[in-house]
Amino acid sequence: MTETPGRRRAPLGGMLAVLLGLALLAGCSGVQTPLDPMGDHAARIAVLTWVLFIGGSVIFVLVMGLLVFALIAPARVRQALGNRRFVVGGGIIFPVVTLVALLVYSLGVSRAVVLPGSDDPLRIEVIGRQYWWEVRYPDAGEGAVTANELHLPVGREVELLLSSGDVIHSLWIPNLHGKMDMIPGRVNRQRMRADRPGVMRGQCTEFCGLQHTLMAFWAVAEEPAEFEAWLARQREPVPPPSTPQQARGMQVFGEAGCGACHTVRGTDWQARLGPDLSRVGSRLSLAAGALDNHRGTLAGWVAGAQDIKPGNAMPAFGRALPGDDLLALAAWMESLR
Amino acid sequence: MDTQAPRPDLPNPLPRPAGELELLQQVWRQPKGWRAISEVNNGLVGPLFVATALLFFMLAGVLALIIRAQLAFPGLTLVDAGTYNQLFTMHGTVMMFLFAVPAVEAVAITLLPALLGSRELPFPRLGAYAFLIYLIGGLCFYCSIFFGIAPDGGWFMYPPLTGKAYSPGVNTDMYLLGIGFIEISAIAGAIELIVGILRCRGPGMTLGRMPIYAWAILVFAGMVIFAFPAVIIASTLLELERAFDWPFFLPERGGDPMLWQHLFWFFGHPEVYVIFLPAAGMVSMIVPAMAGARLVGHSMVVVALVGTGFISFGLWVHHMYTTGIPPLSLSFFAAAGFAVSIPSGLQVFAWIATFASARQRIQFTTPALFILGFLFIFTLGGLTGVMVSVTPFDWQAHDTYFIVAHLHYVLVGGMVFPLFSAIYYWAPAVGQQLSERLGKIAFWLMFLGTNLTFFPMHISGFMGMPRRIYTYPGGFGLELWNLLSSIGAAMFAAGVAVVLVDAVLHFRFGRQDKQENTWNAGTMEWIAGPNYGMRSLPLVQDRYPLWHDPDLKRQVEAGGHYLPFAATGRRESLICSPAEATPQYVAFVAGPGWSHVVAAAGTAAFFLALAGSFVIPAAAAGVVALVAFITWVWNGTDVEPGTPERVDIGGGIVLPTHATGPITTSWWAMVCTMLVSGTAYACLIGTYLFLWLVNGDGMWPPPGQGLPVVEWGLAAFALYGAAALSLVVASATLGDGRGWTHRIALLAGLALLAAGFAADGWALWQGPIRPTLHAYGASAWGLFVWQATHVAIALLMGGYTLARSLAGKLGGQRRLSIDNTRLFWLYTAGQGAVGLVLLHGFPRLLP
Repeated sequence: MTETPGRRRAPLGGMLAVLLGLALLAGCSGVQTPLDPMGDHAARIAVLTWVLFIGGSVIFVLVMGLLVFALIAPARVRQALGNRRFVVGGGIIFPVVTLVALLVYSLGVSRAVVLPGSDDPLRIEVIGRQYWWEVRYPDAGEGAVTANELHLPVGREVELLLSSGDVIHSLWIPNLHGKMDMIPGRVNRQRMRADRPGVMRGQCTEFCGLQHTLMAFWAVAEEPAEFEAWLARQREPVPPPSTPQQARGMQVFGEAGCGACHTVRGTDWQARLGPDLSRVGSRLSLAAGALDNHRGTLAGWVAGAQDIKPGNAMPAFGRALPGDDLLALAAWMESLR
Repeated sequence: MDTQAPRPDLPNPLPRPAGELELLQQVWRQPKGWRAISEVNNGLVGPLFVATALLFFMLAGVLALIIRAQLAFPGLTLVDAGTYNQLFTMHGTVMMFLFAVPAVEAVAITLLPALLGSRELPFPRLGAYAFLIYLIGGLCFYCSIFFGIAPDGGWFMYPPLTGKAYSPGVNTDMYLLGIGFIEISAIAGAIELIVGILRCRGPGMTLGRMPIYAWAILVFAGMVIFAFPAVIIASTLLELERAFDWPFFLPERGGDPMLWQHLFWFFGHPEVYVIFLPAAGMVSMIVPAMAGARLVGHSMVVVALVGTGFISFGLWVHHMYTTGIPPLSLSFFAAAGFAVSIPSGLQVFAWIATFASARQRIQFTTPALFILGFLFIFTLGGLTGVMVSVTPFDWQAHDTYFIVAHLHYVLVGGMVFPLFSAIYYWAPAVGQQLSERLGKIAFWLMFLGTNLTFFPMHISGFMGMPRRIYTYPGGFGLELWNLLSSIGAAMFAAGVAVVLVDAVLHFRFGRQDKQENTWNAGTMEWIAGPNYGMRSLPLVQDRYPLWHDPDLKRQVEAGGHYLPFAATGRRESLICSPAEATPQYVAFVAGPGWSHVVAAAGTAAFFLALAGSFVIPAAAAGVVALVAFITWVWNGTDVEPGTPERVDIGGGIVLPTHATGPITTSWWAMVCTMLVSGTAYACLIGTYLFLWLVNGDGMWPPPGQGLPVVEWGLAAFALYGAAALSLVVASATLGDGRGWTHRIALLAGLALLAAGFAADGWALWQGPIRPTLHAYGASAWGLFVWQATHVAIALLMGGYTLARSLAGKLGGQRRLSIDNTRLFWLYTAGQGAVGLVLLHGFPRLLP
């Protein structure tokens, strides 16, 4: 890794980086779909979905069958349909009966997926920002903060407290639940529970500006013990650099002014304008799901943030930082696990 | 359909005297060459209006093709993010505002006079004006995309993203002002259609005999009147926030982004049915003609249309299921969503039943194919519509490609296919028939293309693809579905291109003298001649007059029925009573002129200059438009001396050539205008109360802001009342118009209204209430701005009436200006009084 990816200033290079990131994220299918539920809420909605799909298909085939019949059946037979009785039966009685049944069933599902299932949910604050997610665990104290990644314990209900720092966003983890908007001036609440461990993708679903497309995140459902360990690690101050290169990287972080926007726990850098970077090395993605996370993409992102995700709030440091410094910075950030 | 039934004797004896037809033709003759721009007759304006709407359909379609090219494969970079955002915003905005609504209005303006057995709609100049501002404004608006200043916030433009802080550019202003005034065009068209349908139906065409298409347009136009003001108000408030920093949508100063969503969707959901109902009306005309049988369940279909109109206003929260509104409230809207699907389903069954009752087997002509394609696509879209009303389902489907699929199934199926069916069906009624061969090729390309484009989107949506993203990652199972969608889009475009080729090759403007009833339809648009519509107006005795009396066409063309001549030597239309269609008077209607052309150019320039913040050019354009308006109404809106008082239209019916008071069409139009204004004002009251609810009693007024000064409020109340009274006095004492009492009363009215208005504003200012500090002040001043607009118009109208009087053009039979001014003054004073009670009284009632 002697080449500095951050030197690629051409838009084409940036776009290639996006492509690369997208390709790398493409681990498996089924990680962002309501039809592969990972928890109870999504499972109930998935059953409802299949009821609707199948019921709708049957009705569709039925109506089209009647239409074809009305068009091509022998005159005497088809004319039996050409009267008000048929219209009343098909156009009023049938839909009223079907829809009343559907209404009763769907209100039941609706109730089941919004009623609290637990008196003691784990509260998680998620704040939508152009174009990333701030995630805080208020029950675990001040320091338990991460970004663009939502960890939750398997089997325990969580209550998401959703708000926005700028414009309207919408949080959607289809494998767990439907979406809920994040509206400035309001806090919306949503309960969900993961019933088995796994990694799921979520994405912003309310158009929020230029880079709405690149505002995704990963949700990680872990066994309670693993989750607790992860949470404890988030609260700890970062360890001191263990190599000279990392030490140089930490120094560069300060000199370049990164601390004006970012927090690194256990240091003087405590700003909240950008994502908390205390454990950035351990995350599954960079730039809200836009890039895979390793030393190369870290350096590439710092150098070419405006090529990869034009219009986001992170400046590009490609011209400001020499290649060695950039790599040192990436090495230090990678070590923040 | 007993064709042997005895007919009444023809009202006008045959043959007609020589020269009668020639005079009629001369009166209705179209200006030739470039002077055709000044023509207002629906025979020319209507087809041009339709053609313009189709132009925008293709222009917006091109944007969609670029979108589909970008999404054909994951990670493509054909256009950058900013351009992509403009592309999808413009695609939606142009399709909704510049294609769908104008297109259905255009078809209505083209067809209705003939269909209703009338010569012309009541306000042809207003119709032509609405068309021209749409044409000029729409093209300028579209061109913004070439300069990168097109709107880019999505067609529903949610703040705060579209507020000044996050969208500092002119893009959003293009939307707010550009679309704002296109709505004015839509409303003007709607008023023309409502009054036309209720008052210009041929003699004997009772509501029960009125063709179903006219019912659909009546409901459509009524919905426009009640729905469109909400979006005009929403746009005005957002523009006030952007231009003057009035915080309607900013939570840090008491505003709320949700206010926009409520206002927008209060318009936006009915909008869907505004687009669909006229299309359903077309289908209900074409299906019986194709089947050669009457529409089964006509009255149920009428009830379904009216019911849809009402229910659709209770559905706006459908677009807001994921905003955190409590589930109990959502269940009400879910039920309403189910309810609205019933009338649509009922119509589908009525059409199937009509096909079934055909005597002979249906011929699969091009119009019939498009209807069948419509039934297939629309039924599927309707079923997914029921699905997205189901709250938990929508939480997953909302804002994904599933919704994109659903809305295109409903709109392409529910509106585009009926429209293309209508084009192939009615082309011979307004010009020449198109090619059946090309039409069928076009149909198959469009039908397969639609399904190939949009069906896979259901799947990509459930594979997790959100809408409005400029690319997507590979490996999530999205590649195949997106590629299929892109191929389908190209196929659909090819189909539209075939229609375009067909139209260029085969369509010629202008009705033929000898009209062919191409499909053996039963309704009267098939016996209309050029320009003046029907040579003579028959007494309508059946819903399908041509089936009722196969000889009708010959009698009408020979001039045997009512009004076979130009009775007053000017263009004229027969005005009948709204329910029973009893002839009431013969109204003259406007002919070619230039004032509405200048007014249209001025209006369009005014709004576009304002969007670009060019204040002085905007003011200049506004003055030009205003002068043109005044010229327009000054000349030829009231009866001219020397016109015969009464005319014999045949069959012993002698009618006045002029009317005053509540039976005039202008009175009806003024009432419609007041309904529009009142709805807009109600939206502002709603805004005020909504923001109070969000802020709570303690912040109403917030610290530092006060209550309006009650003494000044009482003064304003009294002055508004006195101003209204003055106009009543002026109107009552008008007499022959030579006295001075009405002039003094008018003058006093002007002074009193202005004084009342000043006291009204002063009471707020002294509160103190400031618009920029808090949503409390912004919403109070928002109400005041609306009142200010009305006071300004009322003063103009009062001054105009006074000028008419001084010019000797008021009095006796000539009282249209004072009647209308009085109505508008009473409204303005009443609106002012309501505002005073709200702003002074409401916060004082709070604990």
